[in-house]
Amino acid sequence: MNLVKNAAGRLVPTKVNGQQQIPFQGINKYKPLGSKAKPPIRTCIDYPEDGNKVVKNLKEALRKAGLKDGMTISTHHHLRNGDIVTNLLFDTIKEMKIKNIRWFPSASFPVHSHLIKYLEDGTIHHIEGSMNGPLGKFTSEGKMKGVGVLRSHGGRYQSIQDGEVHIDIAVIAAPTSDPFGNATGDQGKSACGLLGFALADSEYADKVIVVTDNLIPFPCVPWQIQGNNVDYVVQVDSLGDPAKIVSGTTEVTKSPDRLLIAEYVAQFLDETGIMKDGFSLQAGAGGINLAFLLFLKEKMKQKNVKARFMRGGSTKYLVEMLEEGLIDYILDGQTFDLEGVRSMRENHNHVNTNPFTSYNFHGKGNFASMVDSVVLGATEVDVNFNANVVTHSDGYLLHGIGGWQNCLYSKCTILAIPSFRDRIPVIVDEVTTLCGPGELIDVIITERGICINPKRKDLLKALENSNLPIRNIKELKKEINEICGGKPAKPKLNKNNVVAIIKWVDGTVLDSVFEVR
Amino acid sequence: MKIKSVKSSAGQRGELVRSDCYFELTKKSSGGIKLKLKSKVESMYGESIKNMILDMSKFFGLKNAEILCEDSGALPFVIAARFELAVKRLHPEITKEYLLPINKKNLYSTTKDHLRRSRLYLPGNEPKFFVNAGLHNPDAVILDLEDSVAPTEKDAAQLLVRNALCSVDFYGCERMVRINQLPKGLNDLKFIVPHNVHVILIPKCESAEQVKQVDAEVQKLKKKHKVTNEIYYMPIIESALGVIKSYEIASASKHVCALSIGLEDYTADIGTQKTNEGKESLFARQMVVNASRAAGVQPIDSVFSDVSDMEALRQSVIEAKSLGFEGKGCIHPRQIEVIHEAFAPTTEEIEKAKKIVEAFNEAEKKGLSVVSLGSKMIDPPVVKRAQKILQLSSINGH
Repeated sequence: MNLVKNAAGRLVPTKVNGQQQIPFQGINKYKPLGSKAKPPIRTCIDYPEDGNKVVKNLKEALRKAGLKDGMTISTHHHLRNGDIVTNLLFDTIKEMKIKNIRWFPSASFPVHSHLIKYLEDGTIHHIEGSMNGPLGKFTSEGKMKGVGVLRSHGGRYQSIQDGEVHIDIAVIAAPTSDPFGNATGDQGKSACGLLGFALADSEYADKVIVVTDNLIPFPCVPWQIQGNNVDYVVQVDSLGDPAKIVSGTTEVTKSPDRLLIAEYVAQFLDETGIMKDGFSLQAGAGGINLAFLLFLKEKMKQKNVKARFMRGGSTKYLVEMLEEGLIDYILDGQTFDLEGVRSMRENHNHVNTNPFTSYNFHGKGNFASMVDSVVLGATEVDVNFNANVVTHSDGYLLHGIGGWQNCLYSKCTILAIPSFRDRIPVIVDEVTTLCGPGELIDVIITERGICINPKRKDLLKALENSNLPIRNIKELKKEINEICGGKPAKPKLNKNNVVAIIKWVDGTVLDSVFEVR
Repeated sequence: MKIKSVKSSAGQRGELVRSDCYFELTKKSSGGIKLKLKSKVESMYGESIKNMILDMSKFFGLKNAEILCEDSGALPFVIAARFELAVKRLHPEITKEYLLPINKKNLYSTTKDHLRRSRLYLPGNEPKFFVNAGLHNPDAVILDLEDSVAPTEKDAAQLLVRNALCSVDFYGCERMVRINQLPKGLNDLKFIVPHNVHVILIPKCESAEQVKQVDAEVQKLKKKHKVTNEIYYMPIIESALGVIKSYEIASASKHVCALSIGLEDYTADIGTQKTNEGKESLFARQMVVNASRAAGVQPIDSVFSDVSDMEALRQSVIEAKSLGFEGKGCIHPRQIEVIHEAFAPTTEEIEKAKKIVEAFNEAEKKGLSVVSLGSKMIDPPVVKRAQKILQLSSINGH
């Protein structure tokens, strides 16, 4: 494999799974030209006039869709760890003796470890999406036939739009659908909220199969997925385990150390003046994310400050703020708990938005860069503010990128993280895998202090007289090494074997993940 | 003669265990040292863990043994304490101590009248709580060897607390240890006195004699280990007899810095139950305040154990303050800020104190021996209290 050094100084391959790659060229340095990918011309006369596209079962749908060896099949992750459709899909593909599929999920979950046997027997050639938990371990140990490709949510859309990935068949699990293929995620026993990440698939794939466990008479409203884009509808008994699809409640962390970090985040937003009338935030569901929102809410009330909008991931905490009049609008990309699902149904100011209003490299602008601040996590951050979200310090792939890379474009990007976990330093000399270049990361907030990127002189100045523990990141790293008993050893990696690549939001290759020895 | 294989174990393991480790040590008659390590941080610190264990084996003179270490991300001071424990449980005859170098950040001392509004209890055998305790800014941390440690793990806590005193940075907090009830507690002292403990809490104290016993042992150990820092005592009154003897206890040694009260045991001792209103313990608490003041030491209130009710905690601190207490114990870091806020002087208190201190400064400048404010004469204790209020208000950021 031919490796070259990219603009971030990382070694990356120029060819992956037979496809030519462009090494990362710097933030906002690469712009693909030409036209967007376009699906073939369809004609309505090829489809049933009565609008009934229901076929007997998934096998029949796949057969009709023309499933062949080497095709690209996409799935979405809105059923989270409760998903059984993807597993059923590959059981069926195996049964049909099809090989070398490129699986293109918008994310994977531990439930998908079921697919390891299909990666082993050649049914699946490789994964382009995320490789979480057991799939990550499998990939990291060099056992996958092809090379994994990790993209952000926005990067996935970009790759579909500029033709880098052509989806042959999209299989869209839908908690409710009508026979025409209009489908929604906010109703039915397997309700998951939104189906936003399947939108691109429904528009760009050659063939689209909707799989539902709640087939209702036409029309299914709202139609988050438009039946006009759907080829076949399949009815199954169950899409998955509802308890694992949406957590009934999302709970705030009780860890005093995480609460301390959350308190620092709220104080930081207040003292820097980011929290001012009309401000906006990107919200999430991680432990620290929920907690800082509660602290911020108190400060907003005290100072009589209202936010114009919060970009969700919504949770009951965000919903409470909306209902108490502290936020004008929730612009939701996905709902994390049942309160979020309820609010979206009932409240006009809780808006269901296409996630690609925020995460779209080929859009005419992005919400993500308009948001005043975002609070994110990371598995590692280095002294140059570069961050990692996909591998751990032992080199193993464990998480996907999600919308993380796309959110880095916010006006003030905060990573709220513990400075070490047990004995694993989080602040290190150099990240194991580069997922986010330091120039986009403004602040690191830990329980042991706050490190501000030196290029953000404005933030440093705003906090000159603050009693927040502002610290130099190198000093903080030194202290953590002292606590942990020295510098952590680097993982033993086989630098000759790239097992996965990390794409930047523009489609270039930001870093490589190497085989763990 | 064939030596029987004998086994010892130490530490904690299991899926829920974090920042701790588990050892099994098996004596062998031959074969040298065989070490099996299973660690969450193997790729990062595997080598360093192995080296530490082998170095310690050599230090303790182990020649033939099987060592199993299951590590859930324990920091070095924990691994060292657990392995030393496994060795000493197998070889009780070994008295040598494997001491880690003292963290230079820990070489600070305290004073008798140090601010003691909050003291955070840390169970002495739960290492995961140690490293971040100081970040929450309590006035003091208490490494507890007494009630939070299971009777079978007292030896484990002694080593862990000793190592923590050497290695863990408590970020300037006063370093307290609660020893076991006497006479057992006397045996705890050698694990803490040489390692810069600041205040020793003497639980269930009922006589001046007990304080003197602790003091005698502490002075002996200080001399032996050439410790020069002052070490203070905070006897805890937890019985009817203790309450009656509180003045003699508070004045038993010049190293007593404070007197504290423990209400769970006290209410049981007088045959009643602890209530939220605390009517049953009013006498005892007032006795402790009175005895402390009479002896010139700080009166410190009991812990507040409902960690979920911050408003009740605030009320409890305001009440304690009104009785004359200067501090409160806590068992959760989130309680600290509430305690500090509730002990903080009110605006009226600050204004009044400012006037008194100004009058005092004025009188001193003029060389007057009597301080007066308006038509009122101000006695030295009032001036002292005013100065203290101002000092406290500046700490609270007023």
